[in-house]
Amino acid sequence: MTRRAVRWVDQRTASAPLLRKALRYLFPDHWSFLLGEVALYAFVVLVATGIYLTFFFVDSTKEVVFHGDYYPPLYGQKMSEAYASVVHLSLAVRAGLLIRQTHHWAANVFIAAIVLHLFRIFFTGAYRKPRELTYWLGVTMLMLSLLEAYLGYSLVDDLMSGMGLVIGYSVGLSLPFVGQNLMNWLFDGMFPGSPRLWPRMYIAHVLIFPILIGLLLGAHLLLVAMRHHTQFRRKKAQTERTILGVPAFPGQAPRSIGLMVGTAGLLFLLGGLVQINPIWLWGPYHTYSSTNGAQPDWYLGWLIGGLRLVPSFDFTIGHYTVVPNPFWGGAAFPLVVFGFLYLWPWLERRFTGDHAFHNLLDRPRDAPVRTAIGVGVISWVFLVFLAGASDRVNVTFGIGYVSQIWVYRVVVWVLPVVFGLVTWWTCKELQASEVVVRERHAAESEARLARMRRGQEPPGDPGALEV
Amino acid sequence: MPLSRIRNAMVSGLVLLLGRRRRRPRPEDTRMVPAMPPDPAAELVVLGLLGLSSLCALGFILIYAFGASLPAETQLLGIAIGLAFLLFAAALVVVALRLVPTEEVAEEYPPHEHPGEQQVIAEVIDESGTRLTRARLFKLGLFGAGGTLGLALLAPAVSFGPLFHVGDFLRTPWRRGRRLVDENGRPYKASDIEENDFYLAFPEGTSDVEKEQMAASLVVIRLPVDQLRLPPRLKGYDAHGILAYSRICTHAGCAITLYRAPLFQPDEPRPALVCPCHYSTFDPATGGTVTFGPAGRDLPLLPVYVDSRGYLRAKGNFDGPVGPSWWGVRMWKAQP
Repeated sequence: MTRRAVRWVDQRTASAPLLRKALRYLFPDHWSFLLGEVALYAFVVLVATGIYLTFFFVDSTKEVVFHGDYYPPLYGQKMSEAYASVVHLSLAVRAGLLIRQTHHWAANVFIAAIVLHLFRIFFTGAYRKPRELTYWLGVTMLMLSLLEAYLGYSLVDDLMSGMGLVIGYSVGLSLPFVGQNLMNWLFDGMFPGSPRLWPRMYIAHVLIFPILIGLLLGAHLLLVAMRHHTQFRRKKAQTERTILGVPAFPGQAPRSIGLMVGTAGLLFLLGGLVQINPIWLWGPYHTYSSTNGAQPDWYLGWLIGGLRLVPSFDFTIGHYTVVPNPFWGGAAFPLVVFGFLYLWPWLERRFTGDHAFHNLLDRPRDAPVRTAIGVGVISWVFLVFLAGASDRVNVTFGIGYVSQIWVYRVVVWVLPVVFGLVTWWTCKELQASEVVVRERHAAESEARLARMRRGQEPPGDPGALEV
Repeated sequence: MPLSRIRNAMVSGLVLLLGRRRRRPRPEDTRMVPAMPPDPAAELVVLGLLGLSSLCALGFILIYAFGASLPAETQLLGIAIGLAFLLFAAALVVVALRLVPTEEVAEEYPPHEHPGEQQVIAEVIDESGTRLTRARLFKLGLFGAGGTLGLALLAPAVSFGPLFHVGDFLRTPWRRGRRLVDENGRPYKASDIEENDFYLAFPEGTSDVEKEQMAASLVVIRLPVDQLRLPPRLKGYDAHGILAYSRICTHAGCAITLYRAPLFQPDEPRPALVCPCHYSTFDPATGGTVTFGPAGRDLPLLPVYVDSRGYLRAKGNFDGPVGPSWWGVRMWKAQP
């Protein structure tokens, strides 16, 4: 029966050699290797739930009056068709809210999984030759995912989403020399733009970006498979030349599919039980309205922190405004972070002179400088992220907002250096402790061997002492 | 007899669930996957989990179909479908841990490179070009044509919007004599504007779409005249202490919807207009200067006067372009 099916497929596709290879592709066993898979499966959930949402969403900013009797607080209010359609989807379409909230949760988990996956890749040196391409594709996907998530958030046209959109518009406007032209062109006029803007954002969100991410994802996975997975050196059989792992079938398949189904289950549970972005409470967006205490989704928190930390100035020459203020926090900051991510494999090679092939992963302590720099950069971004939450801290703990911002303006530059140095020192100490243990074991087995030779101890396996 | 049929069904179900075929394992040396002893208990657990999963999925369909009046429909739907997935995942985890042969296989990594093939590819490419006598010119021609073709295809994207046009960024709907009205179009009288409060205003006679223009909306406040410290160029912009500022923050374009009025003088800081997005803080008494936060430009001020019947009217245009900064924002004045 199995034989006949395989034969049928092979005769028609000539794919038996390929399938055989795919079935026995080896997955080294380590939990951290599953982070990328979680991102992949969150993407699957995003596409599936997103398709459902497109059946209800109206990509128009035409003004309508809300007449849904299912939500009296908004009754009679003027709003865009886009916002009205999402309120309707959330409150009047059966299971609509579940799907929308699952979509939103999936976006949050998607980006979180990518970021954690990136940390794993960075701190283990998995990006080194021959896998730089895979890494650059991954970093590009992270950037595209941030933009894609921002577009999705903006499309709803509730008060929060409009505030986010106008901030993004202002950051675009602040690009030196070309910002005004670029945004005028993209929005078809000054903010809030022309009626053409929403169809543009919509097609970017549901077609252009998903296809780009999907293509890069395919290339990313293909490259991983062509060069095979990296591996930690946990067993003697795992070397630079030999990979030890669980075959895709039967060992890995139920784990991976289980992880996919589990990710979907968790996202649906979150979507059903944990409220996220209740847009009917925010109300419609108008350029002349805003609300206090607004916070973006977590993955944009670092940018709002960056925008809030920069002191008051526009860099001008005469009457020409060269660098408007939002550029620093909203554009330069992420450009520096992504520039660092893109350049890092090259930088490291430049300074270590390491041009070798690497299939074995480092542990973070094995490369103290890399680990220290990584911790420094992450803490830099995270402190700016925290600065973005100062207004919430002010409300919750009553610590003055202005004083907090002044503290952060200093701390953001000092603490990353401190964290980096402490990390470097910790790595060195961990390395040293391993040397001590190794030397003690060597000395002990030598002593035992010597005693054995003198006949004081029954012969045994001297290696048994090694742990 | 229906009873006996039910009994038969139950018996056959039990047989399906509990009965198992014992297969003799094939000789060890011909197997691809190592033989491992069966684990009937784990099989039962998996079947149980799969059964529960399909029950939950069925529950989802039932809640969807008949649960319109349930108080927590979204939550129940989420629990049902979420558990259906999670129980399925749990079944797969048991399969992975207990029922598939667990094996770790060693294999050589692919070779670092394939010098033979590299050589062949390079030769094929190089030799294919030997008929050309002007290879470099040829390349230039190919890339030139390809590039211009690409440019031609991209060119229509210029129609997206105006690339070289700054007029919209300077124009405002405000003219001398235009009345300030509230959201519902009711004109403001000077007597409506009280201290320690702030008001949203638009130019009279604008449509809903025009109200969304950045230069349309104002934040109007009243300060005691003796507290005003307007710079000389803004002298006469206030009407007996009434000040009408652009509502759009000069930092990132959010609406200024916070007014910090000093209710408990002299302990409280000076009055301030604050944008809730990044907390740019403007001093209305000194002409909208930035006292804290990231904004790099003063808040534009619209000159106003009170007409003979007590209505608030614009005296002219803003003292500068409205909205977030861009390269030309200091080069031109606001225009009607």
